Amino acid sequence: MTWLNAVIQGLLLGGQYALIACGLSLAFGVMRIVNLAHGDLAICGAYLGLVLSTALGVPVWVTLPLLLPAAFCAGLALQALLFGRALQHGALAPVLVTFGLSVMIENLLQVAATSDPRGLNGGTLALASFRIGSRITVSWLFMTAFLTACAVLSCLQLLLSRTAWGRKVRATADDVDTARLVGIRVRPLFATVAGIAVATAALAGVFIGTIGTFDPFAGANSLIFAFEAVVIGGIGSLWGTLVGGMALGVTQVVVGQVNEAYSVLAVHLLFLAVLAVRPAGLFTGHQTAREAPGALG
Amino acid sequence: MSRARGSDVKQAGAPVAVSRWNHAASAAVASSAVAVVILALVPYFAGGPAEQPLITLLTFVAMASLWNLLAGFSGLTSFGQHAYIGLGAYALYLLASHGVNPLPGILLAAAVAAVISLPVSALVLRLSGGYFAIATLVVASVFQIAATLSPSVGGTTGVSVPGLAGYGPVLREALIYWATLAVAVASVAGVYLLVRRTFGLDARAVGSDPVAAASLGVRVGRIRRVAYLVAAGGAGAVGALIAMQTLYVEPTSVFNVQYSVYMLFMVLIGGIGTIEGPVIGALVLFGLQEALSSYGAWYLVIVGGLAVAATLAASHGLWGLASDRFGWSLFPVGYRVRGPR
Repeated sequence: MTWLNAVIQGLLLGGQYALIACGLSLAFGVMRIVNLAHGDLAICGAYLGLVLSTALGVPVWVTLPLLLPAAFCAGLALQALLFGRALQHGALAPVLVTFGLSVMIENLLQVAATSDPRGLNGGTLALASFRIGSRITVSWLFMTAFLTACAVLSCLQLLLSRTAWGRKVRATADDVDTARLVGIRVRPLFATVAGIAVATAALAGVFIGTIGTFDPFAGANSLIFAFEAVVIGGIGSLWGTLVGGMALGVTQVVVGQVNEAYSVLAVHLLFLAVLAVRPAGLFTGHQTAREAPGALG
Repeated sequence: MSRARGSDVKQAGAPVAVSRWNHAASAAVASSAVAVVILALVPYFAGGPAEQPLITLLTFVAMASLWNLLAGFSGLTSFGQHAYIGLGAYALYLLASHGVNPLPGILLAAAVAAVISLPVSALVLRLSGGYFAIATLVVASVFQIAATLSPSVGGTTGVSVPGLAGYGPVLREALIYWATLAVAVASVAGVYLLVRRTFGLDARAVGSDPVAAASLGVRVGRIRRVAYLVAAGGAGAVGALIAMQTLYVEPTSVFNVQYSVYMLFMVLIGGIGTIEGPVIGALVLFGLQEALSSYGAWYLVIVGGLAVAATLAASHGLWGLASDRFGWSLFPVGYRVRGPR
């Protein structure tokens, strides 16, 4: 029963990884930018949640209507000030600029908030749980994180496949120049994509902060786990990312059940094994990671 | 340098001069040689107080030059080079504790890092751009956790390195200094000689457009692997030097991402894709470190801001600004074509 419990907890944990990863996937798919500061932006979201919920004296969930639009605007600003400019300087510049941004964010957070680990006030939800059978207890918080990830992925999928905005995004992801030729205004489109990516990161950060603790340098690990979920699931596939995240989560919790010290190592080795055997990811067809496909949905 | 003299190529009836070497380059090589000789003599006339900061500076120079070979010339933005710094440090500990003299041990540690990098390159080079960058971070994390879980190298607490125990303190410090100088000079000169060969032309083609390079017959995979291997070996040597200086090896300090961050910042500020840039970047970072040491974490925020600004506003850093403004080329790697007069 402990094993079944571990698998269930792992699957739910995978939802959190997918939630961070979907913004990474989206930005790469549309703009061909791998935002190395994505994990740090998630942690920024957690700190913003901490500031707002402490100031208002409410659980962090209540602050989401303020927090998510703020994160969306931060994404617009980053796109206008940094990412958009970096994209004009060749393929290397976005990687260098976003990594530089990552180091700056981590150290700014260190200056502003010290390196003490923090947690967020999750209200009654943080303590509630339900039982499956007699032995397995599932935390409502984990369940909410997982369901939120599924909801965000579904919304993104619907937006991309059913709306006019989604058609423009897919066209631009396929070929920016042709998209411009047929009259798509690429710059505002990229800005909204960056805004959504940062907002989903901030939402993921709120769950990271409620479920566990975070410090200024926690973003690097979030980035690595999100990226591993993306590669295992297959670059460019949103639902693949969820499955990839679940594979990571199950590996982490099941190995952690045997020996806690080996759990992160096992996750990394799973990723390297997938890279060695199926570099295109476990859940994609013919594409290869080397070609770096941007196909969305 | 007979082959470096300018030659006239007949093209469309008008003579076009193609040259690589120039008087400034001769002067730069000569003055660099003089500078190296003076640096080598520092232990005789200045001693310990001058050696310590110079060791830091020379370590910076080596790290920046090697990272520039990867990112600047070959387009491989690895942020996981601290993996090989850590491996070099642990290799030196293992060699020294088995009775190997640490000085030749530096070379062996470099070889160990290079050999380990070969299978790693087969995995991480399957990805490109930003995904390659994160994969190198994963690899560094794997090595760090592996060291933490290995009781034979002290686990989380680490181990003391026997180091140069047989020598007196003054000679020991001087030997470490000379070894650092040798690694720094070998890194800069090695990268320069390597990129002057056909390899350099191929590497720059791969760095700017791998698909176009492959279509012209450049063996993209091989070029990337060689660059990754050389940079890993060099980082291994730097790691061995760090272990000799600190005499203590523990996972969190030798597998510190800070090393890779410094490499990035130095190369971006000094000038990516040039020979002169990383050396200038090392000097600037060294100076900023002294000047901003009282500002704590602000130091990395400021240096990071400079690096990002350099990437967006001056794509070849400080050296690029100077060479564009004054037409300088001290260590030319390309060819200069002058049209018909």
